[in-house]
Parts: sequence; structure tokens; C-alpha cells
Amino acid sequence: MGKVLMKGNEVIAEAAVHAGCKYFFGYPITPQSELVAYMARRLPEVGGLFLQAESEIAAINMVYGAASTGVRVMTSSSSPGFSLKQEGISYLVGSELPAVICNIVRGGPGLGNIQPAQSDYFQVTKGGGHGDYNLPVLAPASLQEIVELTQEAFDIADRYRTPVILMGDGMLGQMMEPVEFGERSETEQFKKDWATTGTRGDGGPKIITSLELDAESLERRNCNLQQKFALIKENEVRYETYSIDDAEYIMVAFGTTARITMNAINKARQEGVKVGLIRPISLWPFPEEPFIETRDQVKAYISVEMSAGQMIEDVRLAVNGHAPVDFYGRTGGVVPTQEEIYDKIMMVARGVQV
Amino acid sequence: MTMKTVFKKTNGLTDKPTHYCPGCTHGVIHRLVGEVLEELDILEDTVGVASVGCSVLSYEYFNCDMTQAAHGRAPAVATGVKRVLPNRIVFTYQGDGDLASIGISEVIHAAARGENITVIFVNNAIYGMTGGQMAPTTLIGQKTATTPFGRDISIQGPPIKVCEMMATLDGAAYIERVSTHDVPHIQKTKKAIRKAFETQKKGLGFSMVEVLSTCPTNWGLDPAESLEWVKDQMVPVYPLGVYKNKEGVK
Repeated sequence: MGKVLMKGNEVIAEAAVHAGCKYFFGYPITPQSELVAYMARRLPEVGGLFLQAESEIAAINMVYGAASTGVRVMTSSSSPGFSLKQEGISYLVGSELPAVICNIVRGGPGLGNIQPAQSDYFQVTKGGGHGDYNLPVLAPASLQEIVELTQEAFDIADRYRTPVILMGDGMLGQMMEPVEFGERSETEQFKKDWATTGTRGDGGPKIITSLELDAESLERRNCNLQQKFALIKENEVRYETYSIDDAEYIMVAFGTTARITMNAINKARQEGVKVGLIRPISLWPFPEEPFIETRDQVKAYISVEMSAGQMIEDVRLAVNGHAPVDFYGRTGGVVPTQEEIYDKIMMVARGVQV
Repeated sequence: MTMKTVFKKTNGLTDKPTHYCPGCTHGVIHRLVGEVLEELDILEDTVGVASVGCSVLSYEYFNCDMTQAAHGRAPAVATGVKRVLPNRIVFTYQGDGDLASIGISEVIHAAARGENITVIFVNNAIYGMTGGQMAPTTLIGQKTATTPFGRDISIQGPPIKVCEMMATLDGAAYIERVSTHDVPHIQKTKKAIRKAFETQKKGLGFSMVEVLSTCPTNWGLDPAESLEWVKDQMVPVYPLGVYKNKEGVK
């Protein structure tokens, strides 16, 4: 199969189908509606099922039900709808059920607007739902990367019995780029002997629940979850760096913002400013390693976000006081331009107080 | 001397003692569901969905695969299970706080879609687990923790009659309201539960049995008085009978 020109939202859907996802429960919301429509048309072709739920709350709980049978299942939404899924996500974590949830982020808070944003960073990485939990969050920056990360999201979900969030912004969802869906190499086999599918021939009732009335039992369950999160932190960190070897300044950006920032970096390099980029691909677990390796050499980090400054908190934690951390961001659905980011680099590099 | 077995516990239930209060009819309703699953020989093909409230631990009592849902969301969870496993029997077991209040949207839409699942809806006119607060099904004048002067129609409005409402939906195939206040009615309840599961087995669509039930603890009545209260107070407000039998299930 050669390259095809597709819209980001449709790429997510097709990549999910390639990953073996046959079940999708969704609810329309701009700017991710194409994903839902694509699944409605596509899943019957592969013997799967698309169902439009009555709300995002119902959709995430249908996902919970389908996931409890052991199949690959997905839902998607955008910010206000994603907020409604938070309770269900907490239950998925608590009951250790694998699923992939996509959030094509738009401007907030409240109804906000339908323009691209990254202002759900806190919500997706710090757990918008209740209880002590983390879950993997993958943030692609191109449509080809969507293909890879969507498939990896399903593998990670099955490997650790956890929901995984795929986070894009409205621009990534709406833009078109050529992509290629390569044949998937042999993936791991996941044994799902915990699934509730009826007991015939399998030796007795299984229960899927997040309830644990005894405090010490619930603490033990939490300790097991924490061990799982530690394992994910050890194995599933993903990031990319760009011209950081000699960098005196390092930009930090993810998703669409990283691409714009990269152009600003190229322009600043032409002006002789030694500047590079750390692009977190997994927002949780957040990549600390490239910061630890660079934080004693660089003069400053600059976090660039389509938010009022959310990822910057994780950047500060990773830098841990070794270097100043500055910020440039636009919010409310405004996409920062290459020129604005370039100006910010030059302002910091020319010694304006950080 | 050989003894004839005249009664034995259904294999549809586990051996775990229930946590229900004395005089609560959850145990009776559990047994009826367990017996029907066993008698229809579908126990091993069944996935149950537990809800939130007194019956949250029903997953420990039903002797089949069980999944526990968030408050009110059992019909959505059941939808997810059933759509993946259309040949399995899927049921939810929900109280009136769970189904008629926070989960009213999920149950209505499951019925509207004609979702081929069975809902066992236990209505005791009060929130039990949280300590006796008003439910949408609380009777006019009924005192609860959150209606200390009695439910006032001018403040809380009248109770929701779930069967009557659900019967208006074209997707609903079998809807019946029954009661557990005496033995003949318990027998009728079992028949209704059997019809509901048969409806699903035949693939006819959404089935729901509303079972009027007791809550002696939160009603402040003894078990015998509670049964009388169901008969004298609840049944007149919630008339028993078949509200929908789209396909004429016998």
C-alpha cells in the first residue's frame, strides 16, 4: 500500500483499524467528528461495530463493557466531551481494562471554541478523574506519527491492562498529509484470561470491578497499580530531540507546536543562535532523561505550548532548578506563529532576563 | 432411608452470604434471577453487570461472570458487552437511585436502541446504601433523610413511573412491573424475570422487570410491616402488570 492523502482524524481511525480495533463507541464533537464518521463507515467493512452513544458518558462506559470482554476498543472526543469521560477513565484504570481514548483538544475552558489547543495537558497527564492514577499519554506531531502511535497505543493498553490516551490538537485532527499504512510487524500476543465472556468451559466466574471495601485491600491494589505505573515509566518513555548537541537554549514543545517551533529553531540557527528542541512524545511518562543530560550545559529552556503554561511544570520538575525555564504560549485556540517563537528565542538568547 | 430433595439452593448463586439487611427483598430477587438463569441453562453464557448502591456487591452473589459499572451506567456497560458478544446473555441489576435518577439516560437509550439486554430494576422508593435519601421513586409524603417533612410535590415533584415511561419506547420489547410483598407475587416475579430473559434469548430486544422491593432499615419499619407498606402504599402508585409485550412472549 502506497501513500494516501488523508485528514488527521481519519488517519487515527484507520490506524486503529490496522491495530485490530473493531469496536468504537463515540459521540460527535468538533473538531474530531470525522473520526466518528470514518469509523461508522469503516468498521462494518472489517466485521466490527460502530455505535453512536447518547453521550460521552455512555460512550466511555460502553468502552468499559467492551473492554471487559477482552477486545480492542476505542472512543474519541474533544475537550468538553473528554471531561465527561473522566469518571469512566478512572474506572478503567481501577478495573485494569485496556482501551484507547483519543482527545483532539480544542480551546477551553467551558465550551471554549473549536480551534486547536493543548490546554488539556493537565487533565490528560495529571488524571482528570478521581484517585491515585496515571495513564500513558501519546502526543503525535505528524499524521505519519499518528499511524505509528495509534497502533502502539493499543499495544501499550494490552501490555499493561490500562487505558491509553492519544492526544492531538484540532490542527492535527483537521490537517491533511500523505501517510502510509505499512504492514504491521508481528506484535505481542496478549493473553486475556481475565475477560468476562461467560464461564462456559473456562472454570468459573470472573469479576471485573474497581471496588475494594477494605482499606488495606484497596491500599494493596493501589500499590500494585503504582508498581505498574513504575514499569510503564521505565519502559514507555518516548521523545525526540533536534539539534541539542551543541545547544545553549532548548525549546520544549509537543504536537503541532513542536513542528512550528522546529521552523523557528532553523531560522534562529541561521542567525547563529545555538538552539535545539526536546519533543516529548509520551506526555506521561514525561521524558526526564534528555533534561537530566542537558540541564547542566544549557543556558535556558523555553516551553512552547498552546496553553497558558501547563507542560512547563513538568519541564521545571525535570530541570529541577539546574537552569532557568521560560515560557511562550498562546491560548484560547490561537496557534503561535513561527515568527513569534523565533522572536522569543532571540529575546532569550540576547540576554533579556529570563 | 432415602430423603427426597424438596428444595436446594440454586447454582445461579454463589455460597457467599449476602450483606443485605434483614427483611430486605434483594436476597429473594437475587435468588429468582439465579434460578431463572439456571433453569434456562444460560448461567454459563451470562455476563451480569452490577450497579452502584446496595446491590453493588451482587457480583459476589451471582454465579456467573460479572462486571461492575459506574453509578447509573450499567446499561451502557451492558451495551458494550452485548455488542461484542451478541450470543451471550447480558443483564444489569440496578436499584431505583442508580436506574431512575443518575442512570435514567443510559436506560432510556438502551431501550430506545432496542438493546438486546435484560434489566432487573429493583424499586424500593429510597436510596438504601447511602442512608435513606429521596429517590425519584419516593412516594408523595414519604419521609426520607432528604425529605424530612415528606416528599412535597410542590418541591420535589411527583415520582417517576419507570415502566410507564419505558413502554412508550418502540425499542422496548418486554416491560413488566411485579412485586415481592407475598409469595404469590414472588412467584409472579419469577415468571416475569423468566419472560424477560426469554425475550433476550429470542433476540427480541430490550427487556426490563421492575420489582417492587422493601427497605425496612431506611423505611423505619419491621420486615412484616415493610411488606404491608409495599402492598398498601407502593402498589397503588406503581400498578403491577405487563406494560409492553411487543412480540407476545408467552
